[in-house]
Amino acid sequence: MNVLRTVLSEARLVAARDLRIEARSRVVVDQILPFAVLVLVLFGFALDADHRTLRTFAPGLFWVAVLLSALLAVQRSASVDAADGTGIALRMSGLSPVARYLGRTTAVLVQLLVLEAVLVGGLVVLYGVDVDDWFLLVVAGVVAGVAVAATGTLYGALASGLGARETLLPILVLPVLAPVLIGATRAFDDALGAAAVDGWAWTGLLTVAALILTMVGASAHGVLVED
Amino acid sequence: MATEPTSPDTTPPGAGRDTTGSRGSRLLGVVTLVGLAVLVVLAFVVTDPDVRIHPTSGEEFGQFDAVRMLYVHVPLAVMTYLAYGLCAVASAGVLIRRTPWWDVTAHAAAEVGTVFCGLVLVTGSIWGRPVWNTWWEWGDVRLMSTLILFLMFAGYLALRRTTGDPRASSRRAAVVALIAVLDIPLVNRSVEWWENRTLHQQSTLGDLKIEDLTLFTLMLGFLVLGMVLAWLLLHRFRVGWLERAALEHSVAAAIIERRAETPTSEVHRAVGEAGDAGTAAGDRS
Amino acid sequence: MTHVGYLIAGWGITLATLGTYALRVVRRGRNLSTRVPDAHRRWLEDQGPEGA
Repeated sequence: MNVLRTVLSEARLVAARDLRIEARSRVVVDQILPFAVLVLVLFGFALDADHRTLRTFAPGLFWVAVLLSALLAVQRSASVDAADGTGIALRMSGLSPVARYLGRTTAVLVQLLVLEAVLVGGLVVLYGVDVDDWFLLVVAGVVAGVAVAATGTLYGALASGLGARETLLPILVLPVLAPVLIGATRAFDDALGAAAVDGWAWTGLLTVAALILTMVGASAHGVLVED
Repeated sequence: MATEPTSPDTTPPGAGRDTTGSRGSRLLGVVTLVGLAVLVVLAFVVTDPDVRIHPTSGEEFGQFDAVRMLYVHVPLAVMTYLAYGLCAVASAGVLIRRTPWWDVTAHAAAEVGTVFCGLVLVTGSIWGRPVWNTWWEWGDVRLMSTLILFLMFAGYLALRRTTGDPRASSRRAAVVALIAVLDIPLVNRSVEWWENRTLHQQSTLGDLKIEDLTLFTLMLGFLVLGMVLAWLLLHRFRVGWLERAALEHSVAAAIIERRAETPTSEVHRAVGEAGDAGTAAGDRS
Repeated sequence: MTHVGYLIAGWGITLATLGTYALRVVRRGRNLSTRVPDAHRRWLEDQGPEGA
């Protein structure tokens, strides 16, 4: 019990630090958020911008925009510690790798949730979408966000320190997140009334995925960071 | 990694082993080629096309001659799973045992497996065109998971090609491979739910009368492609081993060369030994 | 025989790809062998620092 409490408080420390850095640098708010909205806008242009088409495809377009933005957020999170030897300082700090992983993942998750909230606003305004089931929307959004943050943080650490990190991260992460994309889109289909599917069943699958990915991430992170 | 660098190799050329072949692998290669020839003959000439009569309309239906593709497509798929399974086991070995053998095996299995996986997708697509009337079917579980498996291991191979500390990159690659394999059940479940019907249920092995010659040819396909897999794995493993050795050897050779260029006094000075600090080195090239 | 084009394409691509890959691996092996001392070329005989 004590160990768990220590890990959680250490994780909170790391998360708070990452979020403080973001609050000061505002990279997510100034750069990644606008990028996400831009993706939605581009889809509007590409699909010939009629509300009916956009409403039908809104869930899928939303999650593609989230995934692409998440890649940027994860790159950013991983690069913060690459500079100035802070990565080494963190490793020497005595914080457990699991705590560092959970803290970093939490910080990325918070940023993703902000992103998702703004994008839902984008869907309502730009695509004329009506939300049928807010509760399902929020739960599915949070759970899928956890899955994306957990996977992204692990692979961000994995690709760090390598020459081709920016181009490597997407091809490593996105195939693994394919089931999350499928599940999240189906859940949002139900929540937005775009298709007759069982959104809660899909959310259940997403929860399982999120749990597995987080556990795998926590255990693998220690291995990677050992070097 | 090398302790004391040894002097460059003085074995006269041709005296040692200068290919990855061996008597055993050459024998395996010959048997494999013969087996492939027999398989082709059986698949194209000896076996019958899949023709069935509809019970009510009396029309002919079935895959007709397209079924001959399955004699190579299905064995390729099985060998892909074997290769990737081996990669996963070897990757676990990298993390647990950390000897080079596991690492070279994992890399070799991943590379050969990806070649086979690509072929599964291509032959499957070519088979699907006449049978399902489409080159690609999004709702099919097996097709989706094979595609995602292929993409994940393409990422693995890209990761392997990046430069950096080989020990670290072998551990990272091992994590990627293990997650890839663990992700597959998740992919299967989500695609299954996504499309309740799957085309793979339509014209498949379940429908075919798999007996006698069809069964034998399929089994032969497994055997022959298994031998192809074994042969490729063996050679690719040896190449991987050589790559590691070449890297270490080139580092060792560079150290020797550098030492040969540098007078002893400067070496002492460089490592901070007393007595020679400030003394300029003799002339060097 | 029906679907001949597809069959030739499918089997042809398979055999050609496997053959080409095999040749590339063997050629890579030959090139690398020239750069490595004989004692370290094979796993089973390698007396290097890490051994087997």
